[in-house]
Amino acid sequence: MDMLYNVLIDPFVMMGSAPDLLIQTLWEGLVAGVLYALIALGFVLIFKASGVFNFAQGIMVVFAALTLVGLHEMGVPALLALILTIGVMFILAVTVERVVLRPLVNQPDIILFMATFGLTYFLIGFGELIFGGNPKQMIAQELYLPQGSTDLDLFGGLVRFQHIDIAAAVIASLIIAVLAVFFSKTRIGRALRAVADSHKAALSVGISLGQIWVIVWFAAGIVALVAGIMWGARSDVSFALQIVALKALPVLILGGFTSIPGAIVGGLIIGVSEKLGEFYWGGLVGGGIETWLAYIIALLFLLYRPQGLFGERIIERI
Amino acid sequence: MSKMKSFAVGAIVCAPMLSAPAFAQDSIYVPLLTYRTGAFAGSGIHIADGMRDYLTMLNERDGGIGGVKLVLEECETGYDTKKGIECYEAVKSKNPVVMNPWSTGITLPLIPRAAVDKIPILSMAYGLSASADGQTFPWVFNPPATYWDGLSQIISYLGTKEGGLDKLKGKKIGYIFLDAGYGREPIPLLEQLAKDYGFEVKFYPIAAQDMQNQSSQWLNVRRDKPDYMVLWGWGAMNGAAVKEAARTGYPMDKFYSVWWPGDDDLRATGEPAKGFKSLNWHSADGNYKALADIKKHVVDKKLSQANPDKVGEVLYNRGVYNSMLIAEGIRNAQKVSGKKVVTGEDVRRGLETMDINADRLKEMGMEGFAQPIKLTCADHNGHLATFMQEWDGKKFVKISEPIPPMVDKVKPLLDSAAKDYAEKNAGWPKRSEACDKAS
Repeated sequence: MDMLYNVLIDPFVMMGSAPDLLIQTLWEGLVAGVLYALIALGFVLIFKASGVFNFAQGIMVVFAALTLVGLHEMGVPALLALILTIGVMFILAVTVERVVLRPLVNQPDIILFMATFGLTYFLIGFGELIFGGNPKQMIAQELYLPQGSTDLDLFGGLVRFQHIDIAAAVIASLIIAVLAVFFSKTRIGRALRAVADSHKAALSVGISLGQIWVIVWFAAGIVALVAGIMWGARSDVSFALQIVALKALPVLILGGFTSIPGAIVGGLIIGVSEKLGEFYWGGLVGGGIETWLAYIIALLFLLYRPQGLFGERIIERI
Repeated sequence: MSKMKSFAVGAIVCAPMLSAPAFAQDSIYVPLLTYRTGAFAGSGIHIADGMRDYLTMLNERDGGIGGVKLVLEECETGYDTKKGIECYEAVKSKNPVVMNPWSTGITLPLIPRAAVDKIPILSMAYGLSASADGQTFPWVFNPPATYWDGLSQIISYLGTKEGGLDKLKGKKIGYIFLDAGYGREPIPLLEQLAKDYGFEVKFYPIAAQDMQNQSSQWLNVRRDKPDYMVLWGWGAMNGAAVKEAARTGYPMDKFYSVWWPGDDDLRATGEPAKGFKSLNWHSADGNYKALADIKKHVVDKKLSQANPDKVGEVLYNRGVYNSMLIAEGIRNAQKVSGKKVVTGEDVRRGLETMDINADRLKEMGMEGFAQPIKLTCADHNGHLATFMQEWDGKKFVKISEPIPPMVDKVKPLLDSAAKDYAEKNAGWPKRSEACDKAS
């Protein structure tokens, strides 16, 4: 009986008695969710264009952030380092298309998936070789990202909004909006959708597969850079960040591998649920539930909507 | 073309042999298990640099130990237990005189192998606390303090601050820890001390994959309002915890840690990190002759991988201390065995008879660097007093007198844990190794 009370009643009593903590938890969840959505978006873009689950998306977040900070440490001014990093991500996109994707055209998807494993380990080694394995401090101030926090008295308690979190939410939302418009309203976006439907059909109407892949990997690189800057500013830039990026997996299961709105809504659901779950229910089992809670939520969704929230339902004739 | 192919295949096959260090009969092989890559590299790099540089300095300055050159070889573990075991297996056949696993996770599976392979394990202030019992674990050494000593020292310090351990009654202590063997190691003692002194403990586990995503647990901290927070983190977790504490507004002067946070972990948070405290047992500066010799014979000669600015920082010095123990173990082994080129068995005896007193520290150019330490057949730890150091915004500063461990609390738990270990591992051998006179 006590257990039932602790699970079904007590958390809601706590929410009602300390609404400031509820708002703070929701805010933390939203910020984490937006960042998860941003990382998931990188996976979705590449999956839509090539049907490949890009395992390297996590390390791309680290690699992009490391390049930015590493260039700055070498004496390059922050804004120039940002531009150069965007250039590096473009070179990476071209290299991946030429060296990894092009030779594997028409190979089974699993081969391409394994190739992204290889890319992951290459980027880990290459990143460590060039910039070292030491955690680095994100140059948030030099990039004019806001510091400090705003404390609001709400419902008799204090709710703290970190300015960097507000910036993260705003910038991530803008990037998501721009990418969503770009890929749904422009000629390149239509070409991407054609490639996603069928490589052969797209080729037959003159769409350059290589060009689309470069654009998509470059866009995924930009998304990785933004995610790396924002997450790096919250903690620091280290190879541990690539593990955080794997939080995008349940987001993808939830939102569907091919849906940009799915990545956004999925990210927010996962972010908010894991924070609420850990804060209000985690203590019942000794804490630390957010590591697996996201996967449980995603699996429950899979039972009812195997294609995810907004994923395309696949019907195949037998 | 076929010749080219044969050459290429031959080159690939021979490459590992060529890259293996050349160690002859007149040298002593010391493998160093290090983690310069991966999520924990933030602490691993500085420790590895300190370890390697001290031993390299002995080679360069003194021609090794007792006239015998040391052959050093690093094996990268990434702080991953599987890779650590692979490293162990890879170096085992080269007759290593001592193994430094540099991870509690790697240490635990090596403990049963040590006696079989006759390779002593030096898990300096980490690993299995119970392995301090030399009668049960003759091949394992964990000086100068166990995690249980460390925890008792933090609680003891908090007691002093409150005006007596009895004043901890009714207080709330938060324990934020890496949810792995390392972070869980002190929990039995923490629960025992909570019962004995009447304080409440709140646990905040952080999984390795959430090391940089701790905000949920810090929301819990904000709700629970612990009077003190104790950190048991590793690698990137330490820096992230300090940052989250600052973000949450937790008072930094009530935030304490075991001895693993390094300067970089605090520097990343900037001004708000001022007041954070952690245990230590050695100096956090570079003003010692041994360190000056490292600069002269290793760093200046470009034989070091370390950033020169890091020489003398907490984690670099931690690596230096580790290598000082290795070197003293070898030196003692030469003394007790009468041999110049010693084996793992000799170094086990050397570690067991180790007595680094004040005179010896002076001889080594480390006077004041750390306290004297003496190991015996029964005590493989030394249970040194540690001190509290505080981050002043730029560096760690010593702020307390030596804090001895609560022997009366720790010793019975250690003895019982050692006994349990031997009972649970069927066929655990009774100590058959003779005890040298010097101990």
